[in-house]
Amino acid sequence: MWSFGALLGNPGFFSSGPVQTALIVGACAALVSAVIGVFSVWRGNAFAGHALADVSSAGGAVSFLLGISPLLGFLGMAWIAAFSMEFLGIRIGRERDLTTGIVLGAGLGLSALFLYLDVTTTSTTGAAVSVMFGSLFAIPQSLITPALAASGSVFLLVGLFYRPMMLAAVDPDLAAVRGVSLRWVGLLQLLALGLAVAVCALAIGAVLATALLIGPAGAAIRLSRRPGQAILWAMVIGLTAVWGGIWMAYASYYWFSGNAWPVSFFVVALVFLFYLAAVLFAKVAGLAAHPKPVTWPHCET
Amino acid sequence: MFSSFMLNTWIVATAIAFVAAFVGFFVVARRSAFAAHALPLGAFPGAAAANLLGIDPLIGLLVFVGMGVLLLRQLVRMGRRDVGTGLVLVLFLGVGALLLSMTSEYAPAVFSLLFGEVLGVSDADLLPILGICVLVVVGIVLYFRPLLLDSTFPDLAALQGIRASRMDLVFLTLLALVTATALPVVGAFLVFTLLVGPPAAAQALSGNPMRVLALSVIFAEGCIWSAIALSYWTNWPIGFFVGAIGAGLFTVARSYRHWNQRQRNFVTV
Repeated sequence: MWSFGALLGNPGFFSSGPVQTALIVGACAALVSAVIGVFSVWRGNAFAGHALADVSSAGGAVSFLLGISPLLGFLGMAWIAAFSMEFLGIRIGRERDLTTGIVLGAGLGLSALFLYLDVTTTSTTGAAVSVMFGSLFAIPQSLITPALAASGSVFLLVGLFYRPMMLAAVDPDLAAVRGVSLRWVGLLQLLALGLAVAVCALAIGAVLATALLIGPAGAAIRLSRRPGQAILWAMVIGLTAVWGGIWMAYASYYWFSGNAWPVSFFVVALVFLFYLAAVLFAKVAGLAAHPKPVTWPHCET
Repeated sequence: MFSSFMLNTWIVATAIAFVAAFVGFFVVARRSAFAAHALPLGAFPGAAAANLLGIDPLIGLLVFVGMGVLLLRQLVRMGRRDVGTGLVLVLFLGVGALLLSMTSEYAPAVFSLLFGEVLGVSDADLLPILGICVLVVVGIVLYFRPLLLDSTFPDLAALQGIRASRMDLVFLTLLALVTATALPVVGAFLVFTLLVGPPAAAQALSGNPMRVLALSVIFAEGCIWSAIALSYWTNWPIGFFVGAIGAGLFTVARSYRHWNQRQRNFVTV
């Protein structure tokens, strides 16, 4: 029943096991995607990031088929997609849009096949919905450790190679002059992107992972021109959206008298609202529409 | 395979592939694969909403894809193009997830909306779909020259008084119409493959716009016909075959161009 007390108090929110798991995995997804998202958005790689997330859905479908951990499935397929894009020459600017599109199309075809096989050979009827749109409350507790490990390795990768990665994202020519191997940095970035995509896909679904990957980062770079600050902003926005989404989904059970709305919807809606707010704020505060980051305080020569 | 209940499917698929090749030609020329990916997925909750309200799915699709175009233009004006496109995409998908959670028929409906269903074309569906296809062809014939000029040489087009934002709207509208018609047949994801795969393969083979256009029509028809046939025989989803054939065509065309260039370089050196 809809009552004000239930709405604020949210009885049993923190003591519920699925909610705790959702909060932890959601936080992992938000933090990891904030870091990787800022790099991707600065490089103009939003489409590629989205394509990886979509293609990873095929991995999620395979994991149902083989009975392995969905995180492993998402990760494997995201890496395969990342490397096939690299192989097809994603870095040639003119062709980038097309090669990304082709890999995405082929990956989605595979996803169609595997989901079909899921439905016909196993009895997992809800596979399509949970792989594509996610279900944070249904994540088993055993997946917390792998999700933490995947997030930890992303932070390790980015922490170790922060400067070359940032320089390559912001000014590839300068990076090449300074002796940064663009090939290696690109490869490391793909590895990290694959890990981030897998955690996000696990949390809010393969096709919605893009929301966490580019939404908070897109908002953050409107709020700050300094890379470190932008990452921090993206983390704050992402975390607020995910935890707020989880809270609202839990509370919606009482709002709509027993018909809870999906978590993923609330997360995506919050991310979208935060992006709009950031854009409006930037406009009022007179920040540039296409900000170029300030590089030299962080990469002094 | 050519029995009466499949006849509608063949007609509709042929018409869709034809217009998809034309619009896809511009998707490739304008490098707007992301928009071509976002719009079909933006339309997808339309079908779910129509299902919920009990109206014709085509109306739901058209309404949602129209809203998608408007929102996309607004967001793109406000910030980075790719970020805006991505956010419109996920917002609509999130709404789709919400609407689907409200309907009782869950998994099979989602699957056929996302990945297509060949056998789902009834006589009543046939006329509106063909009508919209004709509309798209008329639109393309009317705007072919300015659209092509704006896609290939934007500066020259601006000099001739062609407004880029207007061409963008024309292009997105055509894309939206194709999307709404093709979605129920090939599915939200694979509309995109049909739009990008064949034209991308065609443009790797030729530099002449007319030849590229003709080749993309041939490739698109070949792609969808063989996908339907294979899907009919194997019972696997049509989306898989459209995706695989599209990517295969592109890879073969690219390799051919590589090989050809190397031959030519060899002769001149």
